[in-house]
Amino acid sequence: MQFFIEVLLGGLLSGVMYSFVALGFVLIYKASGVFNFAQGAMVFAAALSFVGFQNLGLSFPLALLAAFTTMVALGILTERVVLRPLVNQPPITLFMATIGLSYVIEGLAQGFWGANVRGLELGVDDVPVQWLMDSTGIGVSSFDLFGAGVAAVLVALLALFFQYTRIGRALRAVADDHQAALSIGIPLQTIWRIVWAVAGFVALVAGLIWGARNGVSFSLTFTALKALPVLILGGFTSIPGAIVGGLIIGSTEKLAEVYLGEYVGGGIDSWFPYMMALTFLLIRPEGLFGEKHIDRV
Amino acid sequence: MFYREAGQFKTTYAADQQIFPIRQDRLGMLLLLAVAFFFVPALLSEYWLKAILIPFLIFSLAALGLNILTGYAGQLSLGSAAFMAVGAFASYNFMLRIDGMPILLAFIGGGVAAALVGIAFGLPSLRIKGFYLAVATLAAQFFIVWLLTKVGWFSDYSSSGVITAQDMEILGYRFVSPEAKYLLVLSIVVVLALLAKNMVRSSVGRAWMAVRDMDVAAEVIGIRIMHTKLLAFAVSSFYCGVAGALYAFAYLGTVEPEGFSLDLSFKILFMVIIGGVGSIAGAFLGAAFIVLLPIALDVVVQQWLSGLLAPSVSSNLQLIVFGGLIIFFLIVEPHGLARLWQIGKEKLRLWPFPH
Repeated sequence: MQFFIEVLLGGLLSGVMYSFVALGFVLIYKASGVFNFAQGAMVFAAALSFVGFQNLGLSFPLALLAAFTTMVALGILTERVVLRPLVNQPPITLFMATIGLSYVIEGLAQGFWGANVRGLELGVDDVPVQWLMDSTGIGVSSFDLFGAGVAAVLVALLALFFQYTRIGRALRAVADDHQAALSIGIPLQTIWRIVWAVAGFVALVAGLIWGARNGVSFSLTFTALKALPVLILGGFTSIPGAIVGGLIIGSTEKLAEVYLGEYVGGGIDSWFPYMMALTFLLIRPEGLFGEKHIDRV
Repeated sequence: MFYREAGQFKTTYAADQQIFPIRQDRLGMLLLLAVAFFFVPALLSEYWLKAILIPFLIFSLAALGLNILTGYAGQLSLGSAAFMAVGAFASYNFMLRIDGMPILLAFIGGGVAAALVGIAFGLPSLRIKGFYLAVATLAAQFFIVWLLTKVGWFSDYSSSGVITAQDMEILGYRFVSPEAKYLLVLSIVVVLALLAKNMVRSSVGRAWMAVRDMDVAAEVIGIRIMHTKLLAFAVSSFYCGVAGALYAFAYLGTVEPEGFSLDLSFKILFMVIIGGVGSIAGAFLGAAFIVLLPIALDVVVQQWLSGLLAPSVSSNLQLIVFGGLIIFFLIVEPHGLARLWQIGKEKLRLWPFPH
């Protein structure tokens, strides 16, 4: 039982990581209907530039600021160079463009900062929390708890931003109906720029947490693929869905690997989340929190 | 002037329904085939045949398969490489386990196996659409590659799932030289492409397009959605499966499951998008573009920039240029190279006269 809880908690906390990446997807999909495949590359680029700036001798807050500026610039540039000329194209074209974009970002990031695997230090140790260990015998990494805390703060910030600021209201209006938003005078392009910048910020947070966990290397872009089943589980347009979906995917993935993996030769975490999301979709095609889609002829 | 159909009257139904109704198209096609069958193997070097034309044809076939699914039936799929893997491994096992198995039959068997797997993974398409479906097909991508790696039986218990394709032999003739392999691949691709062309202009193809444009409306006018969607998945996977078998037997010789990665799936999707969604010729144009682009980049980098750049920089540069060019093409011509070809034909109608 104790072991089960430990695995479950570990899974839940690693699920938080998936949620981070999924959040960036959701933000952009909500506001512009673009399925942004480059989010994984953005996470990688963000982590790499943070480490790169740190290696240049900048202090922690300065490097953070510099990486943040880079990501915002990247987001704005993406809107200007890639998305604006592709306005009104079918979604699949935009999707392919973001795949192209992910190549460009990966190439740029590696070309600029080098392709070596680097460590990333946030000042939080990856050791079990002592008092929890003593009282219940369950080992939970303090780093994972830190990650979960950051996720909670991030979601709270995003929720406040969306709910109570002028820009947030405009963002929700755009997400609801592009044309209606345009017709009441919301500048669509500014909104998109802001969304891409916010997604860049989320990518930075995700990159820092992921990078501190596993090191900053090219494999970060693959880990980001894990955010996709989270997305279909939670629904493409739901921020709570991204969080809950991440928790479900993370925990079941770990449980399946531990309890089922040994019977089939292990390594099932590469496809298990997808299969689970798929079975789930067969029952509820709009995802956990997605909007119910009604077809009109 | 060169592409004017004036004066070409159709007096029979057969003439009206033929595959290329315009004489210039027919002649052009014959010319193209003659060049491809007779002049290309005689004139081009071994490197061109082995490293460029054979993969080009194989990828064209895979892109054709995906184009049927995505371009004609409107179901986005990111798992084409996995269906290629099924085709390759199934053909290998047919050859391995059945004595005296004819190679062509093994290819067809590989295609059929891929089609069956395709139907299984196409089932979710009855409930979900668009990007949800695309992500769902990723399940096929990861699951199949995992299964082929983990279950030793598929690769005859070789280490890490590597298989070495058997020799190709038809009626006692062994296809060993690049020219022979090229001609074999070309024949298969031509036959399947003609088949696809005919399929998409028949009632099957019209049903696919109706489902693509609006599936609820298609259902209302009496098209069986399940039947149509699953058929699209089956046919598409069959094409990908045959392409995968050729990829293993005629191109690489030795393949492993990891070779059929997500990257390959994306490449095939790129071919479809860049070539032109919903166009048979587009699959070929797109494949040519995606096969040639990295090679051209390689040549450019090695010839002109070899002294200036470190190898790591040049590989990143290629990544950037590749991605950048894809974005560029999508912006400049979102309907793909096939659309450029269409525009060119329209221009040729009048050129060089103003009217």
